[in-house]
Amino acid sequence: MNIHDIVSTGSKATRDGYGEGIYEAGKRNKEVIAMAADLLGSLKLEQFIEAFPDRFVQMGISEANMMGVAAGLATAGKIPFTGTFANFSTGRVYDQIRQSIAYSGKNVKICASHAGLTLGEDGATHQILEDIGMMRMLPGMTVICPVDANQTKQAVLALVDHVGPAYLRFGRPNWPVFTGADTPFVIGKADRLGSGTDVSIFATGLMVWNAVEAAKALEDQGVSVDVISVPTVKPLDEAMILDSLSKTRCAVVCEEHQINGGLCDAIAHVAVKNQPCPMEFVAVKDSFGESGKPMELLKKYGLDVDNIVRAAQNVIKRK
Amino acid sequence: MKEKVTDIDQLKQIASQVRRDILRMVYFASSGHPGGSLGCTDMMTALYFRVMNQSDNFEMNAKGQDAFFMSNGHISPVLYSVLARRGYFPLEELSTFRKINSRLQGHPTTHEGLPGIRVATGSLGQGFSVGVGMALAKKMDNDPGFVHVSTGDGELQEGQIWEAAMFAPFHKLDNLIVTVDWNGQQIDGPNDKILSLGDLEGKWRTFGWRVVVTDGNDMASIVHALEEARTHRGTEIPTVILMRTNMGQGVDFMMGTNAWHGKAPNMEQTEKGLAQLKETLGDYVYNENYQAPHLKH
Repeated sequence: MNIHDIVSTGSKATRDGYGEGIYEAGKRNKEVIAMAADLLGSLKLEQFIEAFPDRFVQMGISEANMMGVAAGLATAGKIPFTGTFANFSTGRVYDQIRQSIAYSGKNVKICASHAGLTLGEDGATHQILEDIGMMRMLPGMTVICPVDANQTKQAVLALVDHVGPAYLRFGRPNWPVFTGADTPFVIGKADRLGSGTDVSIFATGLMVWNAVEAAKALEDQGVSVDVISVPTVKPLDEAMILDSLSKTRCAVVCEEHQINGGLCDAIAHVAVKNQPCPMEFVAVKDSFGESGKPMELLKKYGLDVDNIVRAAQNVIKRK
Repeated sequence: MKEKVTDIDQLKQIASQVRRDILRMVYFASSGHPGGSLGCTDMMTALYFRVMNQSDNFEMNAKGQDAFFMSNGHISPVLYSVLARRGYFPLEELSTFRKINSRLQGHPTTHEGLPGIRVATGSLGQGFSVGVGMALAKKMDNDPGFVHVSTGDGELQEGQIWEAAMFAPFHKLDNLIVTVDWNGQQIDGPNDKILSLGDLEGKWRTFGWRVVVTDGNDMASIVHALEEARTHRGTEIPTVILMRTNMGQGVDFMMGTNAWHGKAPNMEQTEKGLAQLKETLGDYVYNENYQAPHLKH
């Protein structure tokens, strides 16, 4: 397994993958309902709406009501997929999700676009960096951050068959596509993209591609890198994480999220309990974002490829 | 389907027993919300014993039948009593209200698997949206069932209520009937001193609802209002029933004040209250060692 075999086959936004996935899901299961809170275009719902107009629910700008209505639809046996930006999908409606969906055990899929810094120019009001943490704290909540457009589509299809509340986090920008168009998504499974022994790099969401690029640069310097894609943040694939740490005995964790609460904490928890080792974290360091282009923001906030390379070099020295 | 009780006097008898259950549950738990529970007892008795079509065994998805959502989840004692009296679970289980390892949590929940509950409520303003969601699903499925929702009046201060209130008429949910417990009281005092609801009838009307004002503590009036609301299916307009109620109805020292919103009576007060309420169906047997079946934990 060579990291250089992981190549981009094109560029596409993960939200495009969502649009394709929800359309396909609608074809496969007549109980699937797509919802939007005045952002159907941003979530690429046009194809679904054209094919299944009676199974699309336009909520208007009322996210709290959307979460409750979704819980009611699920109670009646529907499979609702809520849709709005990640900020309005989580932080704005946390108590609605907590009580009406998570605690009530409702089969609602909370689908969140425009997550993280790469939302770009809209700035910090919209760039939620706390959502993974909030959602993974809820008992019974599945949390998925797909790595590219193909995987987002496949994750939607996997969620149709998964019974229980789930959070699906994806983004706005065009981003390299490198997973197979028809590779089924398995909830709770991490993927080894490159095999190595000097350092583990764990990443989720869009940061997986940056991890791949960083691993390629490190391999070119003679560093042997174990690259693990972790699209499911909860439930976490602990077996894969420990298998990797047992080989490398040090790790870098990367996510487009606050350094607190998300994948960094989740993996550190597993490591501390089972296999303590030096770790470095490539994530936003307890700050809000700002307006800018996605790549400018990733660089400024320490989430670009060079940051991952340096973090790997540093953590190896600490072994 | 469960058999219905049509006789108004018989419904009044049941309501008297439900009020006794409420007092005893809150007394034995040393906590809970007797005021709103007593005020909504007539409506809840009418709904569960006469108005709603309910399958013999509880079905979460409520297909082909009616469903009820208690958005004002703090008045759980009246819901638990009515459900137990209607055969959803053993009467004796009322003994476990608010105790450790109980399916009768302080606020209603699906989490412990209590038959009759379809969503957790308690954080206010949310159960209404969930009821709207089920009414929407029933419309999509051409299901004949109605969805009934109860809210408090103080609860109407929550913003989410008005998101749902805007949504339901726009989506023509004439299978949705909401009752508001309009007792004018909330924890900190009268609505008018805390945050006035203003022209409540006018508010609902301008949101597109059919508005009915009725005496929520007169059995014949509330039965009529609920059943009349169900004749408006086909009009594409949802109905809200603003029930004029007394917080603490049936127990003189609990009425007309917010003092008993969330406070349990002591033994002497409980006995004084019970003396005002006729035991019509037999009190449940209080068993502090009762073990609830099928706990999820």
